[in-house]
This record gives sequence, structure tokens and C-alpha cells, in this order.
Amino acid sequence: MQLLVLLTSTLGLFATGAYAVVARARTDIGARVYRISAALCFVSFLTAVSALTAEPQLASAPLGLPWIGMHFRLDSLSAFFVAIIDLGGVAASVYAIGYGAHEKEPARVLPFFCAFLAAMNAVLLADDAFVFLVAWELMSLTSWALVLAHHEAEENRSASFIYLVMASFGTLALLMAFGLLAGSVGGYEFSTIRTATHAPWIAGVALALMILGAGSKAGLAPLHVWLPLAHPAAPSHVSALMSGVMTKVAIYGFIRVVFDLLGPPAYWWSIPLLVLGAASAVLGVLYLTVESDLKKLLAYSTIENIGIVFVALGLALAFKSQGVPLVAALAFTAALYHALNHSLFKSLLFFVAGAVQGATGERNIERLGGLIHKMPRTAFVALGGVIAISALPPLNGFVSEWLVFQSILLSPSLPQWSLKLIIAAVGGALALSAALCAGGFVRAYGVAFLGRPRSEPATAATEADDWSLGAMAGLLLACLLAGLLPSLVISVISPTVMSVIGAQMPTPGGMPFLSIAPIAESRSSYNGVVLFIFIVFSALLAARVVHRFGSHASKRGPAWDCGYPDPAPSTQYTASSFSQPIRRVFANAVFLARDFVDMPAPGDTRPARFTLNITDRVMENIYRPISGGVTFCSTQLDRFHSLPIQGYLMLVFVALIVLLSGIAIWQ
Amino acid sequence: MDHLVFDVSHLLAGSLVLLSFMLLYQDRLTGLINVFAIQAVVLSLAVGWQAYVEHEPHLYVTVAIAVIFKALVIPLSLKRIVVRLRIHRDIEIVGGVGVTMLIGIGLVALSLVVILPATTSAAPLAREDVAFALSVVLLGLLMMVTRRNAVSQVIGFMSLENGLMLAATGAKGMPLVVEISVAFSILVAFIVIGVFLFRIRERFDTVDVTELDRARGGYR
Repeated sequence: MQLLVLLTSTLGLFATGAYAVVARARTDIGARVYRISAALCFVSFLTAVSALTAEPQLASAPLGLPWIGMHFRLDSLSAFFVAIIDLGGVAASVYAIGYGAHEKEPARVLPFFCAFLAAMNAVLLADDAFVFLVAWELMSLTSWALVLAHHEAEENRSASFIYLVMASFGTLALLMAFGLLAGSVGGYEFSTIRTATHAPWIAGVALALMILGAGSKAGLAPLHVWLPLAHPAAPSHVSALMSGVMTKVAIYGFIRVVFDLLGPPAYWWSIPLLVLGAASAVLGVLYLTVESDLKKLLAYSTIENIGIVFVALGLALAFKSQGVPLVAALAFTAALYHALNHSLFKSLLFFVAGAVQGATGERNIERLGGLIHKMPRTAFVALGGVIAISALPPLNGFVSEWLVFQSILLSPSLPQWSLKLIIAAVGGALALSAALCAGGFVRAYGVAFLGRPRSEPATAATEADDWSLGAMAGLLLACLLAGLLPSLVISVISPTVMSVIGAQMPTPGGMPFLSIAPIAESRSSYNGVVLFIFIVFSALLAARVVHRFGSHASKRGPAWDCGYPDPAPSTQYTASSFSQPIRRVFANAVFLARDFVDMPAPGDTRPARFTLNITDRVMENIYRPISGGVTFCSTQLDRFHSLPIQGYLMLVFVALIVLLSGIAIWQ
Repeated sequence: MDHLVFDVSHLLAGSLVLLSFMLLYQDRLTGLINVFAIQAVVLSLAVGWQAYVEHEPHLYVTVAIAVIFKALVIPLSLKRIVVRLRIHRDIEIVGGVGVTMLIGIGLVALSLVVILPATTSAAPLAREDVAFALSVVLLGLLMMVTRRNAVSQVIGFMSLENGLMLAATGAKGMPLVVEISVAFSILVAFIVIGVFLFRIRERFDTVDVTELDRARGGYR
């Protein structure tokens, strides 16, 4: 029943996209389409939540490949991810009712927006490789079209090209993975793959292909290069979907294949996940701390968070393979919890970036500042999002990262020394990334919202519209609830964990209401509400004490100029100043940073210039050689374009002879 | 009777291969066209024999097509083209006849080695036919590679198609419509090539294909 509702609403989203094409001349088409998509996503969200505990439901349609048809399935795992995706869809649609009014060419966004949402839903409901891959590719293509929506800018075009290349590469990897799993008989239905036994090498290769395919879509290092380019190029509500939601679809695909279809895991499967996850977390956060473009910064933060999720998944695999289902359930819960949290606060922060961009036309935080006075409400929700993403209690980011660390702390119980050592190192890397992430967001928030405006547009900024603010406030509320009521969220996640791992986090009796204790109460426990009350209480108390013994009212005076006689806003501490220490430490190891100082000779009137170049080492060391190799090969092959006629004939002739000789020898 | 069926079709298919060898070293265009016409006649005999022993009346249509188009229409028009291009007295340099022959023998050996083990389950008649057909195809291709005159290349192409026809009729169950469409596509290709021959001649004063390459910018 629920499955039918979800399929209908998916079709409805497609139909809405088609309607957006048909009625593109209407002036209110944007608001209309976003309202419809918000309603459809909301229905899907409610349905998915109600299906979390239901039995798996199946449906099939005779369309599709003749001998396969189309199969759909709704189980606890897909229901959980459908809920995440459609919650993000609701938020993005509501936000876009206001934000989309800025759009100059809505016809370039609306149809693809709806189709994108529908395709993501279809991926989650797929129950055979054919539907899965078609929907996956549709998701890639529609999001590609959205990245290309503002095609006038050269950088957007190159970003969309890189995205398209990476997306095709990822789909190719998935195609091969499913081909391997289906085997020579070609059982492409997930039910067939699930029951089949796979040779260890097939499972291993399929795992590697899934890491490539799903990892490239999720933004796992070193497959992340498209992400910081493509996310800023799209309109903000689409960036929020791509970053907060589409990466979750990739995680779903990975879980579906590796945890569900591949069979019992071997312990070494977890190693690549742990290593790549930790590398993503650290790389993402390092780039986050030095990036000045608000949306790029958020995109790097996505890479970091995806790294955390993959580390948690790796832990779950490791513990599951060793027959410790309780701890595996803990790690898996942490992964799902973090996926949910990330979709909430990352969408929120992208909305904030969109609101800031809408108000000032700027994404570079070096040219913002003082927005807290012009956009107080946006500044408030942004502060909430920043606290959540920095994993500070009592918001939701803390809970999930804390759960990840709890399962890391249990790793000494694993028998393999390799895993013990790797997980210890991974824990260190995660701790580093958590700390740097908080620092990076203090920097982003402080430079963009506090201080004095650094540019003309930042001075003239105005508050965002009510729809956008409503969407952001809703997400902030969700973040707060998910942080305050972790036991509630965990009990919602539990059926999914149960269905995948076969165990669930213990909910011991006698615990105080709404607190969680992942291992044992004696070792650690967390109660969000108590902590929240304590924080509020102590903050109020501190404020009271300060006002009681200090002055009675806050006063406004001229900003302190650090002793400089020139009161220009450019004398403020800048984003680059903030990240300078990090940049210095990692200058050569990670960033390949190059400073260029152009100091004119005395008497010369031209200004002195300082330029800083930061390059992505992954791009430089992995992708440049690959693209260079491709260019070299194609240049070599280009010679065949100008063969004489007899050369072509000779080519055909020789190829035929070689193939026939091959057959003759092979026989 | 079985022996006779086998021997006759073997003989006819073998003659096709032999005629392909003859095509390889003909250095006069008129001679080339004549041998091609003979090959077409032998092909139609082979197909006709096939139709007779297999009781497949629709193959007679193929025979008719082969006789009318391949043995009469195409050779006659080719002759007219050659005369109008004024190259009927030319002698084309067929470099290294001995070497070409040796390569040809190698190709026949190759096709036998490839086909015979691959078709163990098929009827012996079809096996031999397909093996010879592949030889004819490869020899036609070899001819196209070694010749420089556009007309000879066309004939190489047509003889290659003869091999395809032999293979097609040897394999049972080939629908008539496919044969007819193949035959017509060959005819269309022939007309197009004929038109182009005159265009090439008009522009370059020769039908030597190496001249085309020079005009295109030469070897790079």
C-alpha cells in the first residue's frame, strides 16, 4: 500500500516536471510547481515514516526490459532513506517558493528539479539493477542539467563537464558491479542477487566497484573533485538537494549492495572504507578551513561528513564480520543517524548561503561581514546550523559523531591487529577533522555575519523572504529535536538497523527517559534534554551575572580599530587571516599552496599585490595525469583519421585476420 | 547420391575460391571483369545446386538475382564504364603476384582452420560452404587492399559480396527478404560507386586512389 503511494507520488513529481515544461509561460509557474512538489514530497515523507516498521512490500510493472520488467520494493532501509530524501525535498521546495522568485530562467530549473526529486525516489524504490541504474543515471543527468542551469558562466560549464564525466564513470562502475553480481545467468533482480552465493573475488571486486560508483556520487576522496565545483554552480536549493540529499542516495546504494546483496562480509572489506572515509574527512575539512567561497566551503564540508558516514559503515562491516552484531548495530545506527543529520544541517546551511547570495550577490566571505545586523533571522538560523555541523551539543551533529566515536572506542575488541591499528588512526583523524570543522565554521560564520561589512553589497543586504526563513527555521527545529531526543531518533532508526544488521542498539530498561547509553551506562551516556536545560540555564545565569555586576544595558560604540588610524573595514581580521595557521602547516603536504607577492619598486605607482594559489593535490596528482594520458592516446589515435584509403582497408583486413587467427589459436 | 551432392557443391564452391585467386592477378581490367562475371555464374550454379538438393525453391530467386545482376548487368556496365573512362587498355601494376598468391593461400588455410572446428555440429555441406565462403570474402578483401585502381577495388568488393552470398545460402533458414535486400543494396552501392568513379575521373584525371590521398593532404 505504502509502496503504491510512493510510486504514485514519484510519478506525480515526473508529471509536475512535465507540467512545468507545458506551462512555462505562466508567470507564477515557479511558486506553483514548488508548492506541488512540496506537497508530494510531504506525502512521500509521511508514507515512508509509516513504512519504517512495515514488512517489505513488492510491486512490479511490465515496462522496462522485456525479460526483466520493473521491480520495486519498499523495506525498512529504503523507507528510511525515502524519508530523508523527501524531508529534504519538502524543505528545498518550500525554500524555493521564496528563493525561486529570483530565478531569471525558471524553465531551466523547474522541470529538472521535479524530475531530480522523482529520480532519487525511484533509485530508492528500485528492486532490480535495471530500474536502479536507469533511475541513478536519470538522477545524475537531471542534476547535471541543474548544475548547468546558469550556463553563462564559464566556470559553471566546466564544473558541469567534470560532473558529467565523474557521474558517467560512477554509473559505469555500478553497471559493472551489477553485471558481476548478476553473473552469467543474468539475474538482475535484487531478490535473485540476494539469494545467490558470490565467490569471494567477485564480492571483493563488486565492493571495489561500489566504492568507485557510489563513492564518486557521495564525494568520497579521492573521487570528490566534482563536488566543490558542481555544488556552487547550481541554484542554492538544488545545491542543498545535491549535497544534503543526493549524497544520501549514494550512501543508500552502497548500503543496499554491500550490506544487503553481497552476502556475509569479510573483515578486510572495512579497511578501504575506513581509510577512504578518514581521508575524506581530513581532506574535506582542511579545504573547508581555507576556502572563502561560502558554497564551496559547504561542499568541502559534505566531503568531510560523507567521510564520517563511511567510517561508521566500515566499522559496522568490521564488527558484523567478526560476529559482534551489537556493536555493528551501534556503528550502523551512527552512520544512519549522521546521514540524517547531515541532510538536515547541510540543507539548512546551503539555504543560508542562498539567502546570503540573494541578499548580497556575494558568495565570498571575504566580501561579506556584519550581516547579523542586516539579516538577524538568517543569522540566527545560520548560527544554529553552524553549531549543529560543528558537532556541538545539544544539537544533532554531536549525537551522531559521538556514537561514531563510541563504536571506535570498542575497536580493541576486534581480533585483527590490522583493524585495531587502522581504527585507532582513523579515530585520531576523525577527532582532528571534528576540531578543524568547528574552527572552520567559526571562521565562516564570524567573517560572514559578524564584524563590519567589507563591501558595498554587504552593507545594503536585506533580510530573506518568509518562505525561505520558514524552511530554514523548520530545518533548525528538526536539528534541535534530533539533538534533544536521540533515543527517539534511534528508536525510529532501529527497525532499519535490525533489518540490515540483524541486531539493534540496546535500549536498557531503567534508563532515564530520553537518554542513550550505547555501551553501558557505567561507561558513557548522553541526555540531550538535560544538557540543553543546563546550557540554557547556565547561559541565562551568566548573562544575568554579567548584567547584574556589569553595566545594566548593552551599549553600542565605535568599533575598536586595533590602534590603526584608518577605520576602514578592511583592517578587520579576515577569513584568510583566520585560516593562515592551518594553511601554513599543511601548505605543501595538502594544498600545494603558492604565495605570489608582487612588490613594485620604489617610485612605482602600481599597487602591491599578494596572490595565493591553492590547488587540490588530488586533482593535480591523480586526475591531471589521467586526462593527460587520455589526451595523449587520442592524439596518437588521431593519426588514423588521415590514413590513405588503402590504409583503412588494410586496417580492416589486418584486424579481421588477427581476430580470426585468435579464434584459430584459441580453438 | 549423397556423395554426388557433396562432391558437386564442393567442386562449385572450390571453383569460386579458384576464381577469386584468378581475380587477384588479373592485370587487365577487361580480363578482371570477365573473371568476375564467370565467378558470378559459378556462384549462381552453386546456389542453384543448393536449391535443388535442399528443395528450397526460394533460392532460385537468389539464382536469378545473381545471374541477372552479377553475371550480366554489373559486368556489362563495368565494361562500359571502363571504356568510357578510357582505361580499358591500361595495365594495372599488380605488385608481387607470387607474394599475393602465397598470402591468399594462407588466408584459405586460415578460414578452414577457423571454420571447420567451429561448426562441428553443422551439416558437412554447410561447413564446407561456409569455409569456402570465408575464403572468398578474405580474398576479396585482399584484392581491395592490393589494388590501387578504383574499378578493381569495386570488383574486389563485389567478389567479397559473392562470398557472403555463398555463406548465406549455405546456412539454412536465411530469409528470402534478407537475400533480396542484400542484392539490392549491392546494386545501389554499385550505382553510387559508378557515379563517383566518373566524378573522381573528372576531377583528378585518373581513378588511381593514391591520387585521392595526395589531393586530401597526403600521408601524415
